[in-house]
Amino acid sequence: MHNSAVEPNVQHLIEVQGIGKDYQDGETNVQAIRQMDLYIDDGEFVSIMGQSGSGKSTLLSVLGGLNHPTRGRILLDSLDIYKLTSEQRADLRSEYIGVIFQSFQLIPYLTVLENVKLPLAITGKKAKEQDKMARDVLARVGLTNKAERLPDQLSGGEQERVAIARAIVNRPPILLADEPTGNLDSKTADEIMKLLKELNREGQTIIMVTHNPEACKHTSRTIHVKDGSCYAN
Amino acid sequence: MKLHNISFNNLKRRKGKMIFLVLGLFIGIATIVALMSITESMTHDIEDRLDQYGANIVMVPRSENLALSYGGITMGGVNYQTVEFAEERIPEIRTIEYAKNLGLVAPKVLGATTVRDKDVLLMGVDFETELQLKNWWQFEGAPPTETNELLLGSQTATTFNLAVGDTLGIDGRDFIVTSILKPTGSSEDGIIIGDLHAFQKILDKEGKVSMVEIQAFCRDCPITELVLQIGEKFPEAKVTGLRQAMMSKMQTVEMFKTFSYGIAVLVIFIGSLLVFVTMMGSVNERTREIGIFRAIGFRRGHVMQIILLEAMVVGLVGGLLGYLGGSGIAWAALPLVVKSASFAGFNYNLGGISLLLAIALSLIASLYPAQKASKLDPSEALRAL
Repeated sequence: MHNSAVEPNVQHLIEVQGIGKDYQDGETNVQAIRQMDLYIDDGEFVSIMGQSGSGKSTLLSVLGGLNHPTRGRILLDSLDIYKLTSEQRADLRSEYIGVIFQSFQLIPYLTVLENVKLPLAITGKKAKEQDKMARDVLARVGLTNKAERLPDQLSGGEQERVAIARAIVNRPPILLADEPTGNLDSKTADEIMKLLKELNREGQTIIMVTHNPEACKHTSRTIHVKDGSCYAN
Repeated sequence: MKLHNISFNNLKRRKGKMIFLVLGLFIGIATIVALMSITESMTHDIEDRLDQYGANIVMVPRSENLALSYGGITMGGVNYQTVEFAEERIPEIRTIEYAKNLGLVAPKVLGATTVRDKDVLLMGVDFETELQLKNWWQFEGAPPTETNELLLGSQTATTFNLAVGDTLGIDGRDFIVTSILKPTGSSEDGIIIGDLHAFQKILDKEGKVSMVEIQAFCRDCPITELVLQIGEKFPEAKVTGLRQAMMSKMQTVEMFKTFSYGIAVLVIFIGSLLVFVTMMGSVNERTREIGIFRAIGFRRGHVMQIILLEAMVVGLVGGLLGYLGGSGIAWAALPLVVKSASFAGFNYNLGGISLLLAIALSLIASLYPAQKASKLDPSEALRAL
């Protein structure tokens, strides 16, 4: 990676400095993120709370290197990730960032096991090792007996677990979760939150976007987002 | 898990989609193959028909004299052929190197005699061969089958006041007129045509022939080469290729070929468009999926590998099925389109070309949308659709 992208004297795992994101919607310019400054430390479980349209999902995608901000910069372990080329950012995501998408985003034609193995397909790991890693995380999320099923044969809660397993299979230091309980009933949502909390207890840094105050109870810190600004840190 | 597992699982588990894609390719390629096979068979058929239309090589004894005739008018002079070929040597024609290009070989004996106080030219032929060769001849009555039967030129029949069924004595032998030629506008109008062996006897030329007309199929050989080879076998003969007949034949075939190439270009264009639109639509639909791959950390090259491998497999299967299907359609449709034409068989060149075309088209058609989608920020791609 570019050495010029590494910033000295930064202590936080993630540091967000003055980022903004504008969208062009026809003739009008929409500010999804007006101005945000925040930090996240290693091992934290942070929730980003806000109404829908507040800019919280955009913030998460910018944090994950998935969405180029219009202004400002994101430092990940002192590395300005948007100074990297898009291919370098892809490598960074592969190694450092696991993403749990809103509405799961599983690949419909791959089995549960294959979906979980997906991030490993580009790592050069041997088939046997891949298989062990994927089965281990599937056991972790309690889906060992459904490894050969296709996603549409699973319940919402089970699909969410597959999405979590896929996000953590490569053991990335940072886990981003976009409304992980959004499509689930309260009992399943609670189970998922417990699972995330457990992962955090084992040292996993998690940043979770939610509009559900209940979900925030499980996290160590909540960042509130409103109208494209984060005003409580 | 390797990238190709993703491609193959997609093809395997989304059968409906795969069938739809292959069907698009199948229709495009099959149309190209069928139309090209049909036009090719039609071209062959036209060539064959033209080849069967009359003779295009004439073999006569070498003579020092110049013929004193032009356009059917003979200017006095004496031009008696003194040299003839031995009939038994005629089969040697078929021993030349390009013998497979030879069609009918029609020997004839010619000679003048006097019938009812009038000079008349007799032509002895092998009727079976002659009638095949001159398939444009039209006549009243039935063509002769026996050695004592005659076919008269229209002018001869008028001159001798003969009708079908009448008897005509030649050199003390009685012949029955079984048929009369309708006017042809050529030399046949004024002659008497009879059996080769019967006329050899009358003309005192037993075992001899005066000239041989030869039909050559010249689709893949130049007529001059055939003329040369026959000339080598018969040094005493003057062998002439009827260039004019050949040229008009070639022109007709060329015209048809140009026409069929025109159709081919049009069909390839339309077929390609169909394949292109089908593949492009299919990859466009996968923008969101490409976004997931990219978000997980796949490089642009990884995504392209997955998409292009799939396109290649679809192209291969669609192209192969299209080729087989198109050939099948040509085989089934050909007898309906051209009555006498038969399917020219599998054309392996066309097979290779259609496979390459199908693969190239699906690759090119997938390349653009896949590249476009993989260039998007993953979050943008995920919002697509």
